[in-house]
Amino acid sequence: MSRIGVVTFPGSLDDVDTVRAVRLVGAEPVALWHGDADLRSVDAVILPGGFSYGDYLRAGAIARFAPVMGEVVAAAGRGLPLLGICNGFQVLCEAGLLPGALTRNESLHFVCRDQPLRVDNPDTVWTSRYARDAEIVIPLKHMEGCYVADADTLRRLSGEGRVVFRYLGNPNGSRDDIAGVTDATGRIVGLMPHPEHAVDPLTGPGTDGLGMFQSVLDHLVAA
Amino acid sequence: MTSTDTVDTVAHAAATPDHPQPYRELGLRAEEYARIREILGRRPTDAELAMYSVMWSEHCSYKSSKVHLRYFAETTTDEMRAKMLAGIGENAGVVDVGDGWAVTFKAESHNHPSYVEPVQGAATGVGGIVRDILAMGARPLAVQDSIRFGPADAPDTRRVLPGVVAGVGGYGNCLGLPNVGGEVVFDATYAGNPLVNALCVGAMRAQDLHLAHATGRGNKVILFGARTGLDGIGGVSVLASDTFSGDEGGTGRKKLPSVQVGDPFTEKVLIECCLELFAAGLVVGIQDLGGAGLSCATSELASAGDGGMLVDLDRVPLRAKDMTPAEVLSSESQERMMAVVRPDDVADFLAVCRKWDVLATEIGEVTDSGRLVITWHGSVVVDVPPRTVAHEGPVYRRPVARPVAQDALVADSPDRLARPATPDELRTTVLRMVASPNLASRRWVTQQYDRYVRGGTVLAQPADAGMIRIDERTGRGVAVATDCNARFVALDPYAGAQLALAEAYRNVAVTGAVPAAVTDCLNFGSPEDPGVMWQFREALHGLADGCRALGIPVTGGNVSFYNSTGDTAILPTPLVGVLGVIDDVRHRIATAIGPGQELFLLGTTRDEFGGSEWAHVAHGHLGGRPPSVDLAAERLLARTLHAASRAGLVAAAHDLSDGGLAQAVVEAALIGGTGCRITLPAGADPFVWLFAESAGRALVAVPADAADRFAELCAERGQPATRIGDVPAESADVVIDGVATFGLAELAAAWEGTLPKLFG
Repeated sequence: MSRIGVVTFPGSLDDVDTVRAVRLVGAEPVALWHGDADLRSVDAVILPGGFSYGDYLRAGAIARFAPVMGEVVAAAGRGLPLLGICNGFQVLCEAGLLPGALTRNESLHFVCRDQPLRVDNPDTVWTSRYARDAEIVIPLKHMEGCYVADADTLRRLSGEGRVVFRYLGNPNGSRDDIAGVTDATGRIVGLMPHPEHAVDPLTGPGTDGLGMFQSVLDHLVAA
Repeated sequence: MTSTDTVDTVAHAAATPDHPQPYRELGLRAEEYARIREILGRRPTDAELAMYSVMWSEHCSYKSSKVHLRYFAETTTDEMRAKMLAGIGENAGVVDVGDGWAVTFKAESHNHPSYVEPVQGAATGVGGIVRDILAMGARPLAVQDSIRFGPADAPDTRRVLPGVVAGVGGYGNCLGLPNVGGEVVFDATYAGNPLVNALCVGAMRAQDLHLAHATGRGNKVILFGARTGLDGIGGVSVLASDTFSGDEGGTGRKKLPSVQVGDPFTEKVLIECCLELFAAGLVVGIQDLGGAGLSCATSELASAGDGGMLVDLDRVPLRAKDMTPAEVLSSESQERMMAVVRPDDVADFLAVCRKWDVLATEIGEVTDSGRLVITWHGSVVVDVPPRTVAHEGPVYRRPVARPVAQDALVADSPDRLARPATPDELRTTVLRMVASPNLASRRWVTQQYDRYVRGGTVLAQPADAGMIRIDERTGRGVAVATDCNARFVALDPYAGAQLALAEAYRNVAVTGAVPAAVTDCLNFGSPEDPGVMWQFREALHGLADGCRALGIPVTGGNVSFYNSTGDTAILPTPLVGVLGVIDDVRHRIATAIGPGQELFLLGTTRDEFGGSEWAHVAHGHLGGRPPSVDLAAERLLARTLHAASRAGLVAAAHDLSDGGLAQAVVEAALIGGTGCRITLPAGADPFVWLFAESAGRALVAVPADAADRFAELCAERGQPATRIGDVPAESADVVIDGVATFGLAELAAAWEGTLPKLFG
């Protein structure tokens, strides 16, 4: 069975949800602890949402220095699929694994809502289950979700098809409506919305989030 | 004391009986101070005086309400008590919800701090109630907030409301607890005294219940969590050097705000740490540090256990220099807990704390001396019988008198008010009501709260109640609603409190859950005003009698007095929270209506407008009598809904309350994103049917092919039910036959526009 690691930092909040989503698609969730420089032979890693270390400095700024992150960065360099959700996306940007940064929402308010997205890139290991330009609804909830990058980077991201998701109705002021991006290999993806909250119509707006977990499982099973 | 270098020890106090002490400044009356001297057989030390003064405050000792609160116990029958695992007096009430699960829930006020400093006041309100739940051994699962402000368009409301919302959201979001409901209410009487009532619900396996007991002589007392600082010291600062060391020049020593500052990250880690400690069986007794800080935790733990405790105050980790023992004992620094641990378990306990980077310090041990003894720099600064601090504070029988103005208020019937009569007038009234601050969409507030975290949220705002799944395997869950229409309480406190109970009960029932237990947060004006005490006593009796009639116990609660601005007391606001149980959340009833459904109005509509939202919005009027109370009808409604939903006859349901049928229809349509057609019964007065606030009613959507069976089921049970309309396919209009047609977009603009316009 494919093993997918979910990292718990102090202040991680959606690790339980992410573990549940991994289990729902039939993979084996593996708990990874921030203080252990050990990935426990997992086949992919997810950095979940939350407020790691309280995020009092800058979201994700401390978490990137956690012992586990050294292993994550090294493994990502060897091609390990890596997903950062919300705070996890912020950590990936802070760690330099993804370009750009997440800053305070334009409204200066925390925002929690069911967010329509367009899938711009279904060719990553995390989005292969979606059709190009598919419209999906995934909850988002964050205070610092405004994606920013310099003009060159934004041009390059769009030009290279590395924008994975765009907002339909921008909730936070993100440049170019960017909700999620990937690295050049399509193995590392970060997004602000929470696919793990859209896996069961009983507790979320639908099941549109399952595709991300199924996609990586497809990739791991095929590999 | 005369200098910061010298500590007021017990020996020193005994030797200086005539040393003047600032007991008045600390809020103690001369006879209370005399009583302390009598208990101790000497004058108290500064540290003891600090402890007694905070623990004998209204907030901690319930000295004005105690004689009345007994009524809850007197009216709780054995049958009601059967499902209660812990009740009033514990950190929070605990209810057996079946399958070996226990659920604990409680509401608490943080009103005054939230006016002074809205963000931190509200944030620490959430933090405090979450620790109360944690201290019972439960994992906190969700929060709700009932918040009340002055007029929506008042400049100060623009300061207080966004701050309170940011505080509730900022703390709860970072803590990882979904916010699943509550209230936002505006009324002029809350202008200088907003109400911030936070509720938390948690769950545990029934055998894991932890109580705040310090038992076992020789067991260690461990303080863990945040360091202790100068925040939240409040009145005790008069004991500090400023006054007594000749430091009047104000050389800059410590004057921190009396409102505490919250750190939700520390609390999140503390929660996980505590749960791991509980699971490992390393905790004998536990107590959170809230109001009155260490004074409260040490005296309450000691008096609930073997009666004695020895504490070395020097060991308490501090974050400020030169704190006096009185300050250390009174500090309300947040995110702290105190545990009693067997000596053999201390090493393991500390190891778990290290894993979570939680500071933990052994500060003392349990004794059987019957005394709480606290040392500082090697000298005894506190030596008291702990019960006299924690439980044997003063008890007052405050004068109670029905206010003279009450008769005039009741006599001022809304019947004289001009009513809309023509279709045009009714149409305008619907739109005006829907957009009024008390009825408009709460989205601007609730979208600042995470409702998804932990993946157990089945219902949240704008549903009538929040619903949380507690067992993923079986689907067992709980629903919680908090309500109070304070205008009804002002007109008739007894009936008004029952109406608050009925509304919360109904809000739980319309989700398909079975109401099981009650918590309360009783917000009133000054207990020194006999009229306020009358409101309090009447409301409390109404609530207790109502609970007995409904067969569900009050498991805990909170009293907040002195809510007034100048001489104007707030509307009496006994907030009621009802907890319901649902054996499988997949059977929950939705709020959104959909095409192909027939609409029923359950209950009886009467010409009742006293205290109504219509009287308030259209005429600024408050007078007359509140709607009639019929708790048997509420019980019947709840049981009918439950039976019908289990028979597959209910697609959606929505409680009728503020704003009446018109408001319920508009909300159900907007939430469902569909129009609908309403046909009032022949001969009905459309104004009364659309806007009356009669209790015991709900709007129910039934699959069209089940409508006849649903009607039969109601008839069999004697449940009044009126076929009132349907939901056509692809309808974008809400049509009230013979009255008006509204486009959904027009209603949405009215309903959704108000709060963003006011608060940005």
